[in-house]
Amino acid sequence: MSTSIEKTSRVALATLLCALSTTVLAQQRTYGFGTAATQVDLDRVFAILPDGRGLPPGSGSVEQGKTIYAQQCASCHGDALQGGIGDKLIGGRGTLVNNDPTKAPVKTIESYWPYATTIFDYVKRAMPFNAPDSLTDDQVYAVTAYILSEAKIVPADTTLDAKSLAAVRMPNRDGFIADPRPEKFPPVAKTPHQHMAIAPAK
Amino acid sequence: MVKSLLRTPLHARANGQASTTDALLEAEARQLAHDRSDSSSPYFTDRRAFLARSLALAGSVGVASAARAAAPPGAVERDVPPDASRTQGYPLADESYGSRSQFETEVRTRFKTATPQSSWTFTPLQNGVGIITPSGLHFERSHAGTAVIDPAKHSLLVHGMVREPKKYSMRELKRFPSLSRIMFLECSGNGLTEWSKPTLRTVQGTHGLTSTSEWTGVPLSTILNEVGVRSGAKWLLAEGGDGAAMTRSIPLAKAMKDCLLAYGQNGEAIRPEQGYPLRLLVPGFEGNMNIKWLRRLELSDMPFMTREETSKYTDLRPNGKAVQFSFEMEAKSVITFPSGEMQLDGPGFYEITGIAWSGRGTVKRVDVSADGGKTWRQAALQGPVLPICHTRFRLPWQWNGGTAVLQSRCVDDTGYVQPTLGQLIALRGLDGPLGSVYHLNSIQSWQVASDGKVSNVHEY
Repeated sequence: MSTSIEKTSRVALATLLCALSTTVLAQQRTYGFGTAATQVDLDRVFAILPDGRGLPPGSGSVEQGKTIYAQQCASCHGDALQGGIGDKLIGGRGTLVNNDPTKAPVKTIESYWPYATTIFDYVKRAMPFNAPDSLTDDQVYAVTAYILSEAKIVPADTTLDAKSLAAVRMPNRDGFIADPRPEKFPPVAKTPHQHMAIAPAK
Repeated sequence: MVKSLLRTPLHARANGQASTTDALLEAEARQLAHDRSDSSSPYFTDRRAFLARSLALAGSVGVASAARAAAPPGAVERDVPPDASRTQGYPLADESYGSRSQFETEVRTRFKTATPQSSWTFTPLQNGVGIITPSGLHFERSHAGTAVIDPAKHSLLVHGMVREPKKYSMRELKRFPSLSRIMFLECSGNGLTEWSKPTLRTVQGTHGLTSTSEWTGVPLSTILNEVGVRSGAKWLLAEGGDGAAMTRSIPLAKAMKDCLLAYGQNGEAIRPEQGYPLRLLVPGFEGNMNIKWLRRLELSDMPFMTREETSKYTDLRPNGKAVQFSFEMEAKSVITFPSGEMQLDGPGFYEITGIAWSGRGTVKRVDVSADGGKTWRQAALQGPVLPICHTRFRLPWQWNGGTAVLQSRCVDDTGYVQPTLGQLIALRGLDGPLGSVYHLNSIQSWQVASDGKVSNVHEY
């Protein structure tokens, strides 16, 4: 009888311990290292969300952007935004559907980029290549407006600010799909259907 | 740098990737020509050139060091005595940081992109033994060169949808409980030249954008627990402190599961080109997400749609739609010996060896074929077999001297079987000369000709 009671209480104790350890795991302890971020810390950084959150005050026009582009961007991206050391920025609409293995699709801001906010974010953080993060917010708005105008996405008399930039709809906005992998592959061909060799190096 | 940028003609990239591939082929051919007469290289074939060079050296004792080529990168040139057992070696220094043997010549090679700042280098997998990549040979992919950062001035800011935005110095980060794990990284562009036809000749060129290191740091979940994630947060932006201020959005579930804030690599501080003093490790996900020189994490309710995750690391298909957020690096393997441009010394015994890995888990099995995939034999896996880690496999092989096509096929513990290139193309199509560019994980074929020469072929 007493054995049975002992056993019962042991089981109860084990159950209680299990419950306790689960609680401990769920409520991971904290250490308190580090310091509270100040407003200065937070004001120094940025990242723009596709709905426009994070865009700073300021504005810039296509006309202003044209001048800035010629001074800061053209040496790498070309006078006509055709590309050079840097990416080609405009053109390529209609090339994304491509079943010709000898022709490459032309992926540019105009043909491929789904969000205009990404242009502002990227130019502000990483451009120009030889002096990243050196343009003012007004200059970044202006260059963004100029590229979008040359891409025939906004009219030539456009001035962009936080509100109007977030409202720009890019041509390839709906061109992206979720990752379908892992894929279900068709069976392997029984006999190899291709044999292609590369000439050995001399 | 500004000057050199301006000097390069604007049409340098007119043909985009095609022209850089040509440049890489030239560089690969130059490297191979050198390696042919380098007895420590797996591409060594030219015994006559080697002997001629040795004789020239022997004939010019006294000016030998002048006649010898400079020491390879990472080595120190020292005089070689006729018999090392009959003289004292060089003294042990009071303080030192070791270097490799002057006779070892393997190096990372750079893809000849328009600038050497936004570029990548390949790990010489053909020389690899075991599973760890030496830190100095770990592949690189950087978008604005290698940032130089003083750790005493570096901090990590964590903010956005958190209860307490906080800032951590490197000293403070190192106070948290740490862990180490041996893990591969792979650029999702690994093999991008190989979709439509065999293009590069060596395994360094076809597969060299993957490496394995032991990484040490603080689990990201520890830090997120410290700052307190607010409800509704679903994504996290990781930002680097380099000139590109590289950014990628990471799903919060992945961040909580197994991401690591790493400050250690192979037992010491992370190398500058790997993100010193702090890099994000996102186990099994494409290399670009493992943000180097990490300075900021911002939590949000949606992905930030950064340039890298919209215009670059997305997989455009022939129907005009692009797959976005294709994170996992799927199961893959490659034979590193014998591999492209090596030369077998006649029929007989060879040990086939290579590496296999999967971003979804652990390598379960590797099969090897010597007849282009008609028949397969199971290879031995060398322990330890770790999740999300290069795994070395070996198989004894008797070469009868006939033409053979060597292949390896990896199966991971999710049951995923590494596809043939034919299977991959059947589903994804060939979108232009470079195919879908990213996430090529198909079976690699090396042809052994009857004269023992090994070359890169497509057979599927």
